[in-house]
Amino acid sequence: MIPTISATALSRRYRDQIALDDVSLTIEPGTVTGLLGRNGAGKTTLMRIVTGLEFPTAGDLRVFGEVPAENDAVLRRMVFVREEQVYPDFQVRHAIRVASWFYPNWSEDLAGQLMADFAIPPRRRIKRLSRGMRSAVGIVIGLAARAELTLFDEPYAGLDAVARQLFYDRLLAEFAEHPRTIVLSTHLIDEVADLLEHVVMLDHGRVVLDAPADDVRGTGMTVSGPATAVEEFVAGRTVWHRQRLGSRASVTVADSLDFAEQAKARAMNLSLEPLSLQQLLVHAAGVSADEKVSA
Amino acid sequence: MPALDDGTPLFVQIAEQLADDIVDGTLAEGARVPSTNELAAFYRINPATAAKGINLLVDDGVVEKRRGIGMFVAAGAQEQLRAGRRKRFAEQYVDPMLAEANRLRIDTDTLVSLIRGPGWHNGGSRP
Repeated sequence: MIPTISATALSRRYRDQIALDDVSLTIEPGTVTGLLGRNGAGKTTLMRIVTGLEFPTAGDLRVFGEVPAENDAVLRRMVFVREEQVYPDFQVRHAIRVASWFYPNWSEDLAGQLMADFAIPPRRRIKRLSRGMRSAVGIVIGLAARAELTLFDEPYAGLDAVARQLFYDRLLAEFAEHPRTIVLSTHLIDEVADLLEHVVMLDHGRVVLDAPADDVRGTGMTVSGPATAVEEFVAGRTVWHRQRLGSRASVTVADSLDFAEQAKARAMNLSLEPLSLQQLLVHAAGVSADEKVSA
Repeated sequence: MPALDDGTPLFVQIAEQLADDIVDGTLAEGARVPSTNELAAFYRINPATAAKGINLLVDDGVVEKRRGIGMFVAAGAQEQLRAGRRKRFAEQYVDPMLAEANRLRIDTDTLVSLIRGPGWHNGGSRP
């Protein structure tokens, strides 16, 4: 099967700055991938190259096996919803109609339903919408396009928690009924963690983590209890973080613990707390950039 | 939405929750198991993860696929799951209890009387 996205030794430089540094990855069809990382990690640059808005400085990037730049046949198979997308001075319904001409799998029904769900006034000029409403317009277009490759780059500036939950629910329902490849870049990692099948994390333009979400979960555990017992238990393991308060210690280790090890820890009166995806990525980002975290 | 714990992989948790339902009879033998899309929407997880969870049960023979109709609880599933859990009962429940009892200096006789006499939950300090 041809991967939806494949990058080989991809680099992008702007004068003295390296936005992407030797990035190699593949994204398989029909998956939901989280593209995670701090601001300036290279997420948007990668998405811009994928959508043909930018050229790589070196390396190769393919979408559906082809180079996307100026390749209309490929570009029509993908939709890119950007943070703070700028629209022409249209009414909402006109922007939606223009989008409907571009995407071959566009669903008018879905667009109408999502407009109602997010309570977007169709006759309002986009420029007069609130920030959250503008984000919602992007989400409507991104989902209703039913494009084989759907990229969301921080799609929810200004959306409140209720509207974000609505987005996640609609995204899941759409993905279930009309499978497609979804790449979602976000800071709200723990909110989306359970939706993801695959996780790619960039840091300073490099891939520091590229693994199935199921493998990432359960990696990393915080062990706490009496300091001597904690130290005995974590001896020989990769330690990410160490904290002490009086006679108690709390140590975060990189390993996943099997059932026997967990039982042993409990027998030693230690408490175990798994890391959330967000906490895990904070630690992964702390690992020096040239050391790849294997999950 | 029922919250899923952190830690164990989500698909394992999905399988365990379905197994719980089969063990306590909520999902009777021959009953239809929720589809991956139903599970995905209910738990707000990726449908592939839900499918992986169901497949764990299919591999164990607890759930069977009927082509074009869906997934169903297999005959004998309840007993099979119970037997498996009985085997793990000691290490999952008894061993941790003994370890804690040992820490609290509760001797075996007191422990046994605790188990025999429900409602006697004031710390075990009474003879």
